[in-house]
Amino acid sequence: MSSPSSSGGSGNRSFPPPILLKIFNIIFTLVLTLLGLTAVTFIIGRVMPVDPVVAIVGDRASKEVYDAMFLELGLDKSILEQYFIFLKKTLHGDFGKSIGTARPVLDDLLHFFPATLELATIATFLGILFGVPMGVIAAVKQGKWIDHVVRVIGLFGYSVPIFWLALVGLLVFYARLEWLPGPGRIEVYYDGIVDPITGVILIDSAWQGEWEVFENAFSHLILPSLMLATFALAYIARMTRSFMLDQLSQEYVLTARVKGLSELSVIWRHAFRNVLVQLITIIGLTYASLLEGSVLTETVFSWPGIGQYITSSLFNADMNAVIGGTVVVGICFVGINMISDFLYKMVDPRTR
Amino acid sequence: MAEQYSTSENPIHRINAWLRSDAPDSIFQARCQRFYFNWLEFKSNPIALLGFLIILVLVLISIFAPWITGGDGLKQDLSQRLLPPSSKYWFGTDGFGRDIFDRIIWGSRITLFIVGLVGIIVVPIGMLIGTIAGYLGGWVDNVLMRFTDIFLAFPRLILALAFVSALGPGLGNAVLAIALTTWSPFARIARAETLTIRNAEHIMAAQVQGASTGRILLYHITPLCLSSMIVRLTLDMAGIILTAAGLGFLGLGAQPPLPEWGAMISAGRQFLVDQWWVATIPGIAILTVSMGFNLLGDGLRDVLDPRSGE
Amino acid sequence: MEKKTLLTVKNLHVSYDTPKGVVEAVRGVSFELGQERLGIVGESGSGKSQTGRAILRLTASRSRVRAECVEFDGIDLLHASESTMRGIRGNRISMIMQDPQYSLNPVMTVGEQIAEAYRIHSSAGRKKARQHTIEMLNTVRIREPEKVYHLYPHEVSGGMGQRIMIAMMLIPEPDLIIADEPTSALDVTVQLQVLALLDDMVRERGMGLIFISHDLQLVASFCDRVLVMYGGRVMEVLEAKNLENAQHAYTRGLLNCLPKLDGSHEILPVLKRDSSWLE
Repeated sequence: MSSPSSSGGSGNRSFPPPILLKIFNIIFTLVLTLLGLTAVTFIIGRVMPVDPVVAIVGDRASKEVYDAMFLELGLDKSILEQYFIFLKKTLHGDFGKSIGTARPVLDDLLHFFPATLELATIATFLGILFGVPMGVIAAVKQGKWIDHVVRVIGLFGYSVPIFWLALVGLLVFYARLEWLPGPGRIEVYYDGIVDPITGVILIDSAWQGEWEVFENAFSHLILPSLMLATFALAYIARMTRSFMLDQLSQEYVLTARVKGLSELSVIWRHAFRNVLVQLITIIGLTYASLLEGSVLTETVFSWPGIGQYITSSLFNADMNAVIGGTVVVGICFVGINMISDFLYKMVDPRTR
Repeated sequence: MAEQYSTSENPIHRINAWLRSDAPDSIFQARCQRFYFNWLEFKSNPIALLGFLIILVLVLISIFAPWITGGDGLKQDLSQRLLPPSSKYWFGTDGFGRDIFDRIIWGSRITLFIVGLVGIIVVPIGMLIGTIAGYLGGWVDNVLMRFTDIFLAFPRLILALAFVSALGPGLGNAVLAIALTTWSPFARIARAETLTIRNAEHIMAAQVQGASTGRILLYHITPLCLSSMIVRLTLDMAGIILTAAGLGFLGLGAQPPLPEWGAMISAGRQFLVDQWWVATIPGIAILTVSMGFNLLGDGLRDVLDPRSGE
Repeated sequence: MEKKTLLTVKNLHVSYDTPKGVVEAVRGVSFELGQERLGIVGESGSGKSQTGRAILRLTASRSRVRAECVEFDGIDLLHASESTMRGIRGNRISMIMQDPQYSLNPVMTVGEQIAEAYRIHSSAGRKKARQHTIEMLNTVRIREPEKVYHLYPHEVSGGMGQRIMIAMMLIPEPDLIIADEPTSALDVTVQLQVLALLDDMVRERGMGLIFISHDLQLVASFCDRVLVMYGGRVMEVLEAKNLENAQHAYTRGLLNCLPKLDGSHEILPVLKRDSSWLE
């Protein structure tokens, strides 16, 4: 008779523990990716058709002032040296000053970021809330009318230009029906009532008991977050459906039925548990892409977030702001994907 | 029908028999057969067929744009500003009195130009990096794939924005920016495909015959990667169109007066409340085309890539 | 060999609607089963697995099942409500599948999965189920059951996986076990151990067994009666000990394909199939 120690186990009790190797690998990848990201943004900054010196001192400055700034920015050094200076500054959160707001870029980013975070978080949440059940139901009822409805919604969601949908939404619900407020994050009337502690108005106003502000901010959030959620919902529903279909055809599902489990338990306790593991990555991916995809939605809704900050800086040739914004969004994007990847590896017993 | 025919004389039946023959006589016949059977399977999928028809119509109207429209979509007529859809102007006119229908038709050329050019740039780059990494393995594979992964991890839209802002707005730069942020998944796919066929016997046969690495990559591995690359490209087309439209909407893509659909939406924004058609109709065009590519891509995947089919 | 009839199957048909037309997987299979061990033998595609699944009404959703009668212990399985069927599955009729690598849920610990099978059909609490599960793991001769309880399916070997499967299917103490190729995915050395275990447990508990396999000799050595299937039909039913006296050409053909240790080393004959067997 074989025993567990001889016949069982796939030899995963080795040293160093695989979990440490995995963490090391993830950190290595993260560092490498961030180096790549900063390198690419640095190159973009260099080829920009804007003279960084003129951008700071203005085009009427004297030759002496210009040269002094040229040296101060380290533009006489080699490209590699310049990159390391850039990298060092980035690590300290120093992205220089924005011409548009005349404030340090980092302060601007901290000011605008919560608005984007608020929007993207709510949109992702909505996407999960509706997308996951839709995907599961579609898979369970494969080929039935409800499956077709979900597939059409999904198809629409990842084919539609969200910025256009947002415009149509504004046209219908704001201009025509007048059900929802227009662009902006909050009515001017309520502006500045709550202190920006977290920067997320919903949290700040609730914290300070300003429910009128909360209500106003909430009503402003509905349309933009719904529009942004369209993509999240479509993507999550689509992936959930295809994961679920895959799982339902697995043999362990038959085992669960043989045991005498009800169909609900078979679907949620057995098949869905396996889907959930795979969904972690998808949700991370969605969240990250909404963070950057909010650029267009923010433009339509005049939403004072980081996306709008980057685009408006683009047109003002505000190089520091563009680079800073790109790096920060990039870091969040990479970070979220790494975290979800790590979570996936932690949750799935096969990759643990 | 007065014409009398026997099955053996009718050319259609002969072609049919040729296509269905169990023992093809030439490589050409075998290829035609494979194509024919794939087509039969594809044809039986109505959704994929719809996608195919949408793209076919897009191609046709872009070819025949001069004959379909009265003008070039650029001619302004300020006396005809912002007219609602009518029998004369099917989709109405825009803020410069240009016929929106004409502009949509001409805009199809820009859309096709963008997706076509991105495809032409992205597939060879992905193929080159992916097949080399997969075939050579070892440190080459490691370095190339790390490089690819870095690009894979980037936020695509923001980076495209930054690229365009660095290179200056314009159609060509938008294409370049999109291509720079789109190639990485293609390299991954090509590598994965290469890994599965690297040790196949026909590759070994070529190696034994003394074929050079370049020759093996080009003539033996690349053709086998193509079908999955095409599937992926078709599925990516919708994303490319949406990104391009987004760049156009922000004023970073095609510049006025070019009838790019995203830029048209942007131009229609100021008339949104009173002249809804100016901004709405180009959006419907984008939606239709990107939907067409998604449908086509799903259908192609089922036919060409049975492993990932449902 | 007298016993009361546990299961009666009369003229069972299973067919599938496919894009290319209707495929008949099982065409008119009939048999009766008491407290005995019945082997069903056939090549792949002979409909033997579909027969087993049809009894539990677990064929794929595209399938259609027709029969004159499928009766288990006085219950009409063809027309029983879905909730009655759930009460029967696992609790009274259970099934062991081929490959534990696929038939165990990869993201649940094996202990959890066995305990679940027990708890569905009893009012036992979490603690009692756990205790019972560990006893059961002991019964299927797994050492250190406390440790194995917390392992995931990918962490156990094939042989142990199949013993876990047996534990899971026997823990509600069913009256009838359908074993669908229970050892085909295992190494030859482990096969016999698992079979011996299954044999012991079925004997001890006096359960009925339907043993589905493609291995005629194995089935004959293990079962009381053998039912030979081909093309969705029953070719012949034999007492296992009379296997050598098989009448039907198909069974004879199968037997002749096997090499014999004492026989001469001629070229083994290739099985010849006769379309008249399917009428």
